[in-house]
Amino acid sequence: MEVRVSNVRKEFATFPALHDVSLDIKSGELIALLGPSGSGKTTLLRLIAGLEEPTRGQIYFGDQDASHRSIQERNVGFVFQHYALFRHMTVADNIGFGLKVRPGATRPSKADIRRRATELLNLVQLPGLENRYPAQLSGGQRQRVALARAMAIEPKVLLLDEPFGALDAQVRRELRRWLREIHEATGHTTVFVTHDQEEALELADRVVVMSQGRIEQVGTADDVYDHPTSPFVYGFIGDSSTLPVKVENGQVWVSDRPIGLPITSGEPDGPATLYFRPHEVDLLDDCGGCIAGTVVASRRVAGTRRVELEIGGGRERVEIELPIEHAATQKSRIAFRPRRWKVFPTA
Amino acid sequence: MSTTPAQAGWRFKAPSVIPGFGLTLGFSLAYLTLIILIPLAGLLWRSASLGWADFWAIATDERTVKALEVSFGTAIVAALVNVVFGTIVAWILVRYRFPGRRIVDAMVDLPFALPTAVAGIALTTLYAPNGWIGQLLMPLGIKVAYTPLGIVIALIFIGLPFVVRTVQPIIEEIDKEVEEAAATLGANRWQTISRVLLPGLAPAIVTGFALAFARGVGEYGSVIFIAGNLPYVSEIAPLLIVIRLEEYDYAAATAIASIMLGLSFAMLLVINLIQSWSRKRYG
Amino acid sequence: MAEQVTSSNPGRYATGSAATAERLITRIILMGVAFAFLAIFLVMPLVIVFTEAFSRGLAPFLENIADPDTLSAIRLTLIVAAISVPLNLVFGVAAAWAIAKFEFKGKAFLITLIDLPFSVSPVISGLVYVLLFGSTSLLGPWLKMHGIVILFAVPGIVLATVFVTFPFVARELIPLMQEQGTGDEEAALSLGANGWQTFWFVTLPNIKWGLLYGVLLCNARAMGEFGAVSVVSGHIRGVTNTMPLHVEILYNEYNAVGAFAVASLLAGLALVTLVLKTLLEMRYGAEIAATRGH
Repeated sequence: MEVRVSNVRKEFATFPALHDVSLDIKSGELIALLGPSGSGKTTLLRLIAGLEEPTRGQIYFGDQDASHRSIQERNVGFVFQHYALFRHMTVADNIGFGLKVRPGATRPSKADIRRRATELLNLVQLPGLENRYPAQLSGGQRQRVALARAMAIEPKVLLLDEPFGALDAQVRRELRRWLREIHEATGHTTVFVTHDQEEALELADRVVVMSQGRIEQVGTADDVYDHPTSPFVYGFIGDSSTLPVKVENGQVWVSDRPIGLPITSGEPDGPATLYFRPHEVDLLDDCGGCIAGTVVASRRVAGTRRVELEIGGGRERVEIELPIEHAATQKSRIAFRPRRWKVFPTA
Repeated sequence: MSTTPAQAGWRFKAPSVIPGFGLTLGFSLAYLTLIILIPLAGLLWRSASLGWADFWAIATDERTVKALEVSFGTAIVAALVNVVFGTIVAWILVRYRFPGRRIVDAMVDLPFALPTAVAGIALTTLYAPNGWIGQLLMPLGIKVAYTPLGIVIALIFIGLPFVVRTVQPIIEEIDKEVEEAAATLGANRWQTISRVLLPGLAPAIVTGFALAFARGVGEYGSVIFIAGNLPYVSEIAPLLIVIRLEEYDYAAATAIASIMLGLSFAMLLVINLIQSWSRKRYG
Repeated sequence: MAEQVTSSNPGRYATGSAATAERLITRIILMGVAFAFLAIFLVMPLVIVFTEAFSRGLAPFLENIADPDTLSAIRLTLIVAAISVPLNLVFGVAAAWAIAKFEFKGKAFLITLIDLPFSVSPVISGLVYVLLFGSTSLLGPWLKMHGIVILFAVPGIVLATVFVTFPFVARELIPLMQEQGTGDEEAALSLGANGWQTFWFVTLPNIKWGLLYGVLLCNARAMGEFGAVSVVSGHIRGVTNTMPLHVEILYNEYNAVGAFAVASLLAGLALVTLVLKTLLEMRYGAEIAATRGH
């Protein structure tokens, strides 16, 4: 099922949580809503689910306007961060709940509901746990049951709110792979919310990066990592270093010197900020058009060495990554030029 | 703070640097023993020294049986009424916002604070045939004051806060996500409440019932005014104890008191077992 | 817990979305039922106490209050409360200190024993003292020989009241002090304070509102207790009548105005208790134990 979010605005009391957000989700796609807390990602998910009503704008499921359809009619599978399993029901009863509450005419028989629960438990790789209670399961198992329960109603779209947020790192990685497999097996249109970029980049077909109630960028993992379209995305995804620069005559300048980065995509002249990844730099021997600075700090981080450079007589500092063989001693001078970079005009 | 279990073996108290354990525990135990335990033990000892035949004769005396029936019967009915209305009151206090909510919330504790004798004469005056409520019920042929129904009314008053104050914090703790999960799975509001929320509240409701019931069985002050105290009809067991005492029939008073204590404790024990079972199962 | 959910979006759950709220009509019906129930069972009894007390105007009300027997009942009630509340206060603090600050075997059982008086009928609470000190008891003859009068006198009334109000302070303090742990006390001791100083300067300030709360409830019950006191008092007018007992006597003498006049004083006490209790909960809710039931 395609889902289209069209110019949706959501206010809580007078506080705007989403400003005019539009998003097209293709059928069968696995989409991540990624952003820091307060970015509006969970609000967007809850709007799609029908747990909130938009202040303005529409949400379409396929061709149908679902904006004002009740949550019960929307037929979405929603997985909550803290599982929200029903404590007093067995695992099988939890999974069968959505079928059991259907009106008489469309309600499957008890045996069918039971069979479906068993099938889904097998799908989520928890065979044989039908008669356990949620309290008897581990966190990872509970989240699997929660997903099975959401899938039992054959939802048009699966929505997951920080599904792995409450789990420890080991289980998270395991469940990430598992969710990808389930998605490939079932082909549900799936949207999940996360603040963990690694999770979003690894899992999703497309990542929606959000900040302060707006969508900053929508794209594949490669798109958002290699071609961030906004300073926020550059800063939020992956490591980045920034340096205040100036754009003039088709060149990027640091103080009064061009640094050998020609402007190609028509950024306007004026003050700007240069963004680059600390590990995507070329070291240079001499400096006729590059960035040069003095090492003020050097740290060993896993397989690389991170150094902090003072640029332009100590007014600015940037971080770059060096091979560990490099003898970046205090006060030594290093010249470099970013391999991949972007400038954004300073607002 | 932590013990070293390997060497410690069995010890009464875990080591601690904080002083005063002996003094405070010693004083507490002495006070508890003098005020509560010795008097209660005296009751049981008296009761035991009656001899089985005498005890059985008192216990099966028709007036005793009827009084116990009235006490336990009316307490159960009142506690059931309180379960229904107390849960509704707790629900609206937690979930709904309305002007004066704080006042209503505070009012719920009135039966804790109002002396029972005051409640007794107030309710009697209200439900007497010429009282504010009594005169409305009279044409319908409903007599409240001086009947077992009056006892139920008094016990509803006494027991209400027990249910509300037990259920209220549990409603406050309900995880919104659970309700939302039920809704996303297609349950309508009634299905969500009846199949998801109420079962979750059940242990608290049972506890509230038990507390209201236990209090109702032993209640005296608010009941004796409104009950009419007709032997075999509207005479409660605590009143019968008082009557036997006034007749200097200490044996009978003791026996009835022991039976009441035994029944109440048995009931509380059963409820405790139900609760620990449900805690174990549902976590 | 709710804070972390709502922090990013203030007021997200304030009104409740369609998924987690009843329909308006349901809400109106539920509130109607609840208000009607509370009005009949709580408000009307309270209102009628004052209406009846002043039904003949202010003068008869004052006359009844100024009656010597009434005044002596008020005096006795105050005396009984003034003895029994401090006793249970000291016990409550001592018991809470032992239970909350130390780990020892049988603690859960001790807590159960402390709660015991709540599940005993007030009449039985009085009866046990009659059995203990009455003329047919073991102690009875000895007491008589030495001229010690307990039953049908102030000491008996005090004992019965202490029994009935026994758990109130301890019950408020135990969960509160358990929650606060022992860190503060250990810090104070490590800084050189002795036990009393630690209690006085560190523990007491932490529990003062919970303590006050417990004392308030304890006092309300102590002044209002009827069943237990009724059994041990002997109902001697002007001598062993407390206010609640005096209400009964006046009522049974068909002096409704008098009964309700005294009752209105007790109802006033209840209202003051409720107001103070609510204020304490509003201002120091976090510093008062989470368990509010009784």
